[in-house]
Amino acid sequence: MGIKNRAAAMQSAYSALKALGRDPTSLQFDRIVSPTEALLGNKPIMLFGTNNYLGLTFDEACVEATVAAAREHGVGTTGSRIANGTYELHRALEQEIAQFYDKRATILYSTGFLANLGVISGLADKGDHLLIDADSHASIYDACKMSDGETIRFRHNNPDDLAKRLARFEGTPGDKIIVVEGIYSMLGDSAPLAEIAAVKREAGPNVYLLVDEAHSLGVMGETGRGKCQEAGVEDDCDYIVGTFSKSVGTTGGFCVSNVEEFEALRAYSRPYMFTASMTPPTVATARAAFQRMAEAPELRERLWQNCHRLYAGMAKMGYRLGPEVSPVVAPQLPDPQTAVTLWNMLIDAGLYTNIAIPPATPNALSLLRVSVSAGHDDGQVSAALEIFAEAGKELGLLKPGNIAA
Amino acid sequence: MIDVRMAELDDIDTRVLDLLKSKIGREREIAMDSNVVEDTGLDSVSVMDFVMELEDEFDISVPLDEIAEVRTVSDLAGVVRRLTAAGASV
Repeated sequence: MGIKNRAAAMQSAYSALKALGRDPTSLQFDRIVSPTEALLGNKPIMLFGTNNYLGLTFDEACVEATVAAAREHGVGTTGSRIANGTYELHRALEQEIAQFYDKRATILYSTGFLANLGVISGLADKGDHLLIDADSHASIYDACKMSDGETIRFRHNNPDDLAKRLARFEGTPGDKIIVVEGIYSMLGDSAPLAEIAAVKREAGPNVYLLVDEAHSLGVMGETGRGKCQEAGVEDDCDYIVGTFSKSVGTTGGFCVSNVEEFEALRAYSRPYMFTASMTPPTVATARAAFQRMAEAPELRERLWQNCHRLYAGMAKMGYRLGPEVSPVVAPQLPDPQTAVTLWNMLIDAGLYTNIAIPPATPNALSLLRVSVSAGHDDGQVSAALEIFAEAGKELGLLKPGNIAA
Repeated sequence: MIDVRMAELDDIDTRVLDLLKSKIGREREIAMDSNVVEDTGLDSVSVMDFVMELEDEFDISVPLDEIAEVRTVSDLAGVVRRLTAAGASV
């Protein structure tokens, strides 16, 4: 314990990794040029670590709507909706999202992290149980900590394990809330939602399912609603949480639901009540982005073409990747040092990716997270593959025979 | 009866310790007073994963907030003992 001790422990844990080159926690881009390009100093770098799945951050319609909203409604709300009131813009976005999902109601939060924090902690009361996937995002773990309910983990993407753990609560009072994600952000694997929904249905009426579609919104499903739509189990998904910070291209979060009592959360979900609401410009970006998603399904097609190409290319070289093709392509590396070394080499060669090392990763894996965008053109994907081949060869990670193709 | 009960409780200590030993391998010596993180080489996520094994071994549900309080193997066995006893009395 102690502020100094804690900081010192962190410093000693990361100093060896910093010594391998750049500080992974504080890389600074000097200019962002487009959804897929930036400058580090004067050096151009391709962005493959953004979660900018549809490449909408520079979309003309989104930019124009954002600027217009700032001029018309001001740049901020300077308080929460409980205190300062709801803007017409907030209500409009909530209605548009409810329509998009064909659900009864939406509640906006100021970020996706806050949406998980506010909804999960608000739903589970004393005597209720949260059953969360073991690989859940930090916001889900923190939400569980905040909640008055008790939290049990089940083995990652394992519906049988979930069923076993639910069975242990048979006959106990209180609601059971299952929490899963559409796509898991570290390995890019998606939840077996049809099976999980079946487990939920069989477990009885006081069992609810919450799905965090942070990485799957705009990415999966016929109209981009996410994994619930793709799996055909939207009626079983009682609460769908999402973020505007990935495919939607800005910040903000939401939860959408058909549950009758859902909107009562507005009066006791503290991350809704006690923080400033989404600003007019961010609301306007989100509204424009949802519209772009609806009118440009080719963005999703383009994204998946890029995903398939990058995944297949890296798998062929011999990189060990996550179990399925996904907008997150995650080469697994032997240890954190190798991950940081490779990360530095890729940046030197003009390719930016994300580092993911323990304890932020499942099973103590050391990974690079390569996120694919509809904004990447063929040349960028080819260049990224070449850089990965060269760096992997130089580090001795790949067998020479695999690389030529 | 009391003797039988005591024997069961001792047995839980031994089983928890043995399971943890097989989880961390032979390089590290641990005992009931060992710290479950510092003395085992496990990170916090691995400790939570180990708790899932205990849940299955003893057919109990261990809430995450209980794990947060655990420092030693003995603390962990204490949680298992209490939850096992609670389950038996239902």
